[in-house]
Amino acid sequence: MIDIYTRRRITNRLGLIVSVLAMAFGLFWLGWILFTLLNHGLPALTSTVFTQMTPPPGSDGGLLNAIVGTLMMTIVGTLIGTPIGILAGTYLAEFGQRGWLAPITRFINDILLSAPSIVIGLFVYEVYVVHIRHFSGWAGALALAIIVIPIVIRTTENMLRLIPNTLREAAAALGAPQWKTVNFVTLRAARAGIITGVMLAIARISGETAPLLFTALNNQFWNADMENPMANLPVVIFQFAMSPYEDWQRLAWAGALLITFSVLTLNILARILFRQSASNH
Amino acid sequence: MNSTMNIVNPKVTVRNLNFYYGNFLALKDINMEIAEKMVTAFIGPSGCGKSTLLRTFNRMYQLYPQQKATGQIILDGDNILDPKQDLNRLRAKVGMVFQKPTPFPMSIYDNIAFGVKLYESLSGSEMDERVEWALKKAALWGEVKDKLKQSGTGLSGGQQQRLCIARAIAVKPEVLLLDEPTSALDPISTAHIEKLIDELKVDFTIAIVTHNMQQAARVSDYTAYMYLGDLVEFSDTSTIFTNPSKKETEDYITGRFG
Repeated sequence: MIDIYTRRRITNRLGLIVSVLAMAFGLFWLGWILFTLLNHGLPALTSTVFTQMTPPPGSDGGLLNAIVGTLMMTIVGTLIGTPIGILAGTYLAEFGQRGWLAPITRFINDILLSAPSIVIGLFVYEVYVVHIRHFSGWAGALALAIIVIPIVIRTTENMLRLIPNTLREAAAALGAPQWKTVNFVTLRAARAGIITGVMLAIARISGETAPLLFTALNNQFWNADMENPMANLPVVIFQFAMSPYEDWQRLAWAGALLITFSVLTLNILARILFRQSASNH
Repeated sequence: MNSTMNIVNPKVTVRNLNFYYGNFLALKDINMEIAEKMVTAFIGPSGCGKSTLLRTFNRMYQLYPQQKATGQIILDGDNILDPKQDLNRLRAKVGMVFQKPTPFPMSIYDNIAFGVKLYESLSGSEMDERVEWALKKAALWGEVKDKLKQSGTGLSGGQQQRLCIARAIAVKPEVLLLDEPTSALDPISTAHIEKLIDELKVDFTIAIVTHNMQQAARVSDYTAYMYLGDLVEFSDTSTIFTNPSKKETEDYITGRFG
């Protein structure tokens, strides 16, 4: 008969071993992905990647048009989606306690949050691209904005709900009308969390391929006019990686590396920002 | 003795007040008066309704749709429970400090200016004077005068609570509601705030909820003992603590309760 303390120690040890193994299993794949990416991407990451346009097969070139296209559509998509998301999230957290509108909005938003992004691409294709009869950067930005909105709504609402009610009561006790309380007290208290949510949304859309396939499509040439079809990293990666040409495949690796590391950087920045503000409270 | 007693100079008169959380009756037919420029303390075990009562004096309960009050609370001749009463004007007159310090996420200066700006448009120098005045009244000026631009959330708990008191009095209310203002503070900060209450009653009518009976005895002129939504006994503080007329009150203050 083993005594209870030995048994506890063994159970504890077993639990620890299983968790560490699970963690190692998860990390292994992540590490492998990053290793492969660096292995193929780094040699391909030359200065021409940032200075030249996507080439026809067999000639030298870079990813400048795709980088610029991704940046422009990501920025415009974020600029459209963020204000709508923050306002709607604020409504849900601060004003929507009474009535039926908020619960329904929240429910639909949850569906939108988990909707496959290809569906959003098809939607924008149907309601916008079909009507203007050509692919365009605006259509791409619109599809990305529709992905941003539910993410920002959710994080804004969650972050505002973390603000203790006592802070709202304190502002109300001074006689502050609700819009002032929200503007100057609760939104300000939740600011770091909301910015974190926006950064995570940017990270999410900067790697989206499906919604851009039907909207911005691609463009072999330099183009900074959002009226025209627009090159972008995810679609270029998709096209180049599938091709039989080795120089295109190399560029696809370089593009994949770029996206991964910008998303990683954004995520790390978001975490640092959130942690800093958390330690201030 | 009746639970109501006559106060010479009432600032607030409570008549037949009932309070509901949904269907739950949390305050049962409360009648009492709060004397002007005096300190009235509310004591009683948790859940007796003392905080609920305090929160009717500025209609704080209105933030929550399921809560409602019936009866009358008369402040300077007006029934503040009347829906026609302007909430913001009421709250300009009745300030409140909460159990947990609640500094706003802004600078010390702006914490105080926030409330003032709701009612007055002061010039820069007038606002500076008001902020200094309020911080001095709250005995915090000496500790923060060189860091007014720093965040209010960076202060210690006791300092934050005095900041909240400064913020409440900067609006120049007539009544100050203190809801267990020292229960989250250490004894030194508590002593600071109790001394402050003594000084503030020269200008303000104060109602304080406390779990600490010694505190009620030290700072208040009148004390109300509440139990399960009833106002059991209300009298001047020395009577309540030395010669209570009800056995329940005596049991509670002597610690023989429950």
